[in-house]
Amino acid sequence: MIRLILKRLVLGVLTLWLVATLVFLVSGALPGDAAASLLGQDATPATLAALRAQMGLDQPEFIRYWTWLGGILHGNFGISLANGQPVAQVIATRLPNSLMLAGLSALVAIPVSLVLGIASAMKPNSVFDRLTTLLSIIALSTPSFLIATLFVLVLSVWTGWFPALSSVDRVHSLGGLFQVMTLPVLALSLSVIGQMARMTRAILLQQMNEPYVETAVLKGSSGLRAAVLHALPNVAGPIVNASALSLNALISGVVFVEVIFAYPGLTKLMVDSVSNRDLPLMQACALIFCAGFLILVLIADIIAILTNPKLRTA
Amino acid sequence: MSEQDKPFIEVSNLTIAAGGRDIVRNVSFAAKKGEVIALIGESGSGKSTIALSLMGYARRGCRITGGEIRVGDRDVLGLSRAALRGFRGKDIAYVAQSAAAAFNPVKRIRSQIVEAATLHRSMSREEAGRRQKALMKTMALPEPDSIGERYVHQVSGGQLQRMMAAMAMINTPEVMIFDEPTTALDVTTQVEVLTAFKAMIRERGVTAIYVSHDLGVVAQVADRIIVLKDGEVMENAPAEDVLERPRSGFTRSLLDASETRRLDLSEGHDRDVVLQADGVVAGYGRIRNGLPGYPVLHDISFRIRQGQTLGLIGESGSGKSTLGRVLAGLLPAAQGRAMLNGRPLDLRDARRRSKLDRRELQIVFQMADTALNPRLSNAEILGRPLTFYHGLRGGARRQRVMELLDMVRLPAHLADLSPRELSGGQKQRINLARALAANPSVVICDEVTSALDTVVANAVVELLVELQRELGLSYLFISHDLGKIEAMCNEVMVLLKGREVERAARDRLTAAPEHAYTRQLVRAVPQLRRGWLEEVTSVPAAPTA
Repeated sequence: MIRLILKRLVLGVLTLWLVATLVFLVSGALPGDAAASLLGQDATPATLAALRAQMGLDQPEFIRYWTWLGGILHGNFGISLANGQPVAQVIATRLPNSLMLAGLSALVAIPVSLVLGIASAMKPNSVFDRLTTLLSIIALSTPSFLIATLFVLVLSVWTGWFPALSSVDRVHSLGGLFQVMTLPVLALSLSVIGQMARMTRAILLQQMNEPYVETAVLKGSSGLRAAVLHALPNVAGPIVNASALSLNALISGVVFVEVIFAYPGLTKLMVDSVSNRDLPLMQACALIFCAGFLILVLIADIIAILTNPKLRTA
Repeated sequence: MSEQDKPFIEVSNLTIAAGGRDIVRNVSFAAKKGEVIALIGESGSGKSTIALSLMGYARRGCRITGGEIRVGDRDVLGLSRAALRGFRGKDIAYVAQSAAAAFNPVKRIRSQIVEAATLHRSMSREEAGRRQKALMKTMALPEPDSIGERYVHQVSGGQLQRMMAAMAMINTPEVMIFDEPTTALDVTTQVEVLTAFKAMIRERGVTAIYVSHDLGVVAQVADRIIVLKDGEVMENAPAEDVLERPRSGFTRSLLDASETRRLDLSEGHDRDVVLQADGVVAGYGRIRNGLPGYPVLHDISFRIRQGQTLGLIGESGSGKSTLGRVLAGLLPAAQGRAMLNGRPLDLRDARRRSKLDRRELQIVFQMADTALNPRLSNAEILGRPLTFYHGLRGGARRQRVMELLDMVRLPAHLADLSPRELSGGQKQRINLARALAANPSVVICDEVTSALDTVVANAVVELLVELQRELGLSYLFISHDLGKIEAMCNEVMVLLKGREVERAARDRLTAAPEHAYTRQLVRAVPQLRRGWLEEVTSVPAAPTA
């Protein structure tokens, strides 16, 4: 089992390295550079060349790649080209906010979707099941920027219940935090809930036809008990894996939600860095998102291994 | 009526519907306390459905639409959901056909057995744990104190089946339902499990419903036999009467089908060798230095002459099917050579074989259900190999399809149906016709009769022998069923753990088996005679090699 988990870890690190290389190559291929965008219209060829040399942009691609990669390994993501601060420092002010947003959304989405999925699998094709299915499909097929915009329109502009802007940095009380976080968390978790509830239902329903579930019922167990104590542990692996993929939507969905609510998180930083041609910052953000995804998948894999006695005892 | 004669289980006019059709019609029977009632019939006769209805349970898609079921003083069909939960598993318990599927694979077996007790709060967890160990011992399981700690994948099928019975016994139920509990087991294991079940039923005095399609098995355990056909009772009488003086024609046909038969085969010691294998070693995992990671077959050699059949028998896991897959080129051999009609045959991969080799050696699989594409018509299934091997198209192809259907004794109008619309026996005939479409000289038959009812399986065996006579085919006939092997094989090879332990002509093999394992195998075939089980078990079992 330890070997299996180590193998997954090594694979994860390898993937991350590949992604880092890809990020470097793609960002190098973007048109224009930071020096040009800093100097704007005033640029003369001489000042441009001087600034480039100062920023290290005149070095060959390969050398810049090595210095960059070496820096990352030491936790040094370079200096932001836009404002001259270390990238790590810039990110450190924003990352906790994004993590809080994604974490709170996951905390809402996981239990709600599990309960909805299990409940609708218990009575397939019942009124409750059909209603859940309908709502889930609506939620997961509406883009999160539309959901977020509708929320702002209805819940803050029309009713004024929640603030339209989530300036979380200026909040100091728990109540205030609730006020500020509710809309972004809702907007973010709705589609994830829709997806995860659908998947939980499908996976569980398929499992309810297995003979061992019948055995449990014939032992005198109730349908719910058979589902939760017998069927669910068997599908923990697939459900967690499917959930990891849906939760990934949190990472990408964060982009729209943060921009719409002007939430001071990482993706807003990344969007800004792209328009500023701030390569080091952009690269670091991209890497963090990829690492986040890989960590989710890794956790799912480990849970799948732990819940399967065949793999656990291997 | 005295208290003792009063029926303990009483089923009257039971009707169960599925998909708008009655699959059980007006079934009535009764059982006294401590009696063992056998429900016997072919697949689709409704025997399992009836047995499950005694627990107030109907599988998805089925509905109990009429009749009355009384167990003790309960009206089972009138019980509330809560009362049903208290009844199931406590007063009436179920032993499923495949314990391997009926136990939860991710939970320890002990916890599942204990759950059956704690669920009903019939005893404390500690007491249930002690009882679980005692039952494991009663069921003659090895290491009874610790075997419950294992998971399903860590115990054998025979052990699981006994553990399933232990789980059913933990609350000492009044009624036990055995639903084909030994069908998935090898005959040698079946003897052990049957013995354990019979002892337990007698000791605890439980009333039992025993569902089976095998008259030989039923003859050993039942006091009374109920013969079912298409959801109706054909005969209901004490076991001796059903076995010795059957009144219904259907029972007689079932009894006939279980008789040992020997079809006439042509002798051919001087004919050409069609398929020959020498020193085949194969298994699973990566092949290194001529040895696979998990070797299954060791040094297998044989010859099959034209128009002859070599039977291959052994228990599950003995490597029978692996040999079939190696010869068909589906699994690479690590060592060994093979010759087909005098030409070397590639044992690494079927894709390396010439079209001629592929045409002349065909394989037919056990499950026609999964081997036939349900989206194609039967004509298309048979037509594809005709185009591939013989370039037949249009009218010529259609004509050949009709000939093939005729060859396997199927009516021509089935050509444009899908395999889904056929019965199990008809599907297996299409499966066979597809192999014949290639005009093969050798056909590997991998357990082709195992999924079929006895009567249908016998007909398929007869067909194989007729085709052999007409077309001069050679067969490698793989089966775990000694009866079928005896019926149609000139020569038999006995496999034990991937090694050949005995090879003999069919008459010699059953009359005077030499190897201890073969003797055990021959003795373990259930006989219709009552008391056979006691005879087998009174002689100490010979140790297997």
